[in-house]
Amino acid sequence: MGLDPTVVRLGLMVATLFTAGYAAVAYVAAWLLVPMAGSDTPIAAKAKADRRGLAVAAALGSLLILILIAVTTFNVPFVGSLASPLFLCIAGLVMVWRNAPAAERATLRDLTEPLEGLAGHRSWSAIMVRAVIAVVLAVGGVAVFVSTHRSLLLLHQLAGVALVLAAVVVLFGPWWIRIARDLVTERQARIRAEERAEMASRVHDSVLQTLAMIQRRADQPQQVVQLARAQERELRAWLFDGQAPGSLDGQDMTVSGGVRQIQQEVEAKHGVPVEAVTVGDCEVNDDLGALLAAAREATVNAAKWSGADVISLFAEVEPGEVSLYVRDRGRGFDPAAVPGDRKGLAESIRGRMARRGGSATVRTAPGQGTEISLTMPRASERQPSRG
Amino acid sequence: MTMPNVSKPRVIIVDDHGLFRSGVRSELGGEVDVVGEADDVQPAVSLIGECLPDVVLLDVHLPGGGGQMVVSAVRAEHPEVRFLALSASDAPEDVIAVIRAGARGYVTKTISGDDLIDAVRRVAAGDAVFSPRLAGFVLDAFASLPAPDDRPSFDPELDQLTAREREVLRLIARGYTYKEVARELYISAKTVETHVSSVLRKLQLSTRHQLTRWAAERRLT
Repeated sequence: MGLDPTVVRLGLMVATLFTAGYAAVAYVAAWLLVPMAGSDTPIAAKAKADRRGLAVAAALGSLLILILIAVTTFNVPFVGSLASPLFLCIAGLVMVWRNAPAAERATLRDLTEPLEGLAGHRSWSAIMVRAVIAVVLAVGGVAVFVSTHRSLLLLHQLAGVALVLAAVVVLFGPWWIRIARDLVTERQARIRAEERAEMASRVHDSVLQTLAMIQRRADQPQQVVQLARAQERELRAWLFDGQAPGSLDGQDMTVSGGVRQIQQEVEAKHGVPVEAVTVGDCEVNDDLGALLAAAREATVNAAKWSGADVISLFAEVEPGEVSLYVRDRGRGFDPAAVPGDRKGLAESIRGRMARRGGSATVRTAPGQGTEISLTMPRASERQPSRG
Repeated sequence: MTMPNVSKPRVIIVDDHGLFRSGVRSELGGEVDVVGEADDVQPAVSLIGECLPDVVLLDVHLPGGGGQMVVSAVRAEHPEVRFLALSASDAPEDVIAVIRAGARGYVTKTISGDDLIDAVRRVAAGDAVFSPRLAGFVLDAFASLPAPDDRPSFDPELDQLTAREREVLRLIARGYTYKEVARELYISAKTVETHVSSVLRKLQLSTRHQLTRWAAERRLT
């Protein structure tokens, strides 16, 4: 309702005078069908589902018809022509009362004591003004009734009814609408507040903590970069993959999750960027856990010894096997010259892979960088659960 | 890979972060000719129309819409302008969308200055630039597509990667440069370029609806 409701109502009242009461029907119908600001369903949509309300409306309507019939039998000629607008208005108003977007119970409770509710929400002067208007309208309506009931000018008689109805609407309409709006606004505000609290706690656990650490280590650029990078990954995982901060060690780990974990760990602990790419995905069983552990060892080695600016980590999940490549363009080494007491490559990588039926190959030469290729067959021939 | 001429490529940088634009500008240094900057879709489209640069460095995410909106708007009138997507985003659906709109490559914002200059030159020369991440996305996109029996207009030439193309992409994903890929596969660097351009063409032209749907499905899990 873009216009001031009062203007609309006044206009309708005038219209009512000239349209034999049917404008009042139109007003009630509009009330039912036009959604209120802040709500996207019209009252009518709810009213349709409100069987009890429909019953009440029908009951009131039929009661009215009975009264009208009774009056008719006493030879009051104008009543028949009043019946239809009056009936429609009453039925419509019942539906409005029962189904205004506010919680039904509140509506019902407040309906029983409308004046008390009025007193609680509005200044007395406004109420007095509206009460006076309502009384004037009602008296006017009754007066028109009485003065013209012998006349054949039906227009006047209908106008009388309409005035009475308009009095009711003027008195209570704004109040109903305001209550409904207040309740909707309050509910929306509460939902927003809950979301904000959730967001705040997550941001605190991750971003704010990191920012605090960065402030404390402002004199150590290398560490600041590491912190910022690790935080960036975490934030991105949250925003794009829906992975909440701090839930990295998930119960159901996947290959891509494991690769990401290696990446974050190495970047945070050793300060070397890791470019990680994963194709396909599947869950990690014991064999693939060994593969990831070997890959982690290889990546840490590269970070520690190669001197490379960046380490490439590539994992591909295929139906029959999972391959993982750790590559750097660092100084490389001569495999034959590795001292016998250095167990890293032999034990942590080759041995770990061999025990699970996988294989590891190392390609390196001094000055040529290093690439370690790891392949693990997938024991169960399940299809890869591609994300 | 040979430069078509000795003049520097003319470049426009489109990114909504001023700090990032000036960072890129200084990293590109004197090696390319930065003729303009824009911070959103509409200004970018009009600026590109005026300057007609060789290469547009395009952020995948812009406030007024995705980078693909810039690509589609410009390519309709100026197909000769080439785009290189540059993004901090890991979200594959955004990257694939920009490539499918017509960008000639994708690199991440962590790229070094020298590599970025190299990538700009390649794109200016009409080559495709695949970062390891884009290679991974593409392998994933094509691999996860089931055999399309349901499509009468299925075009096997466009809708599948050849074994060789897959090999090339795998090596790029493993961190190999084009030169290293060539050495590894005993082919010429030019042949590597050909394979990569062919993959780019398939990525852009394939009408398999699975390819467009792939990104959305991926985001769901």
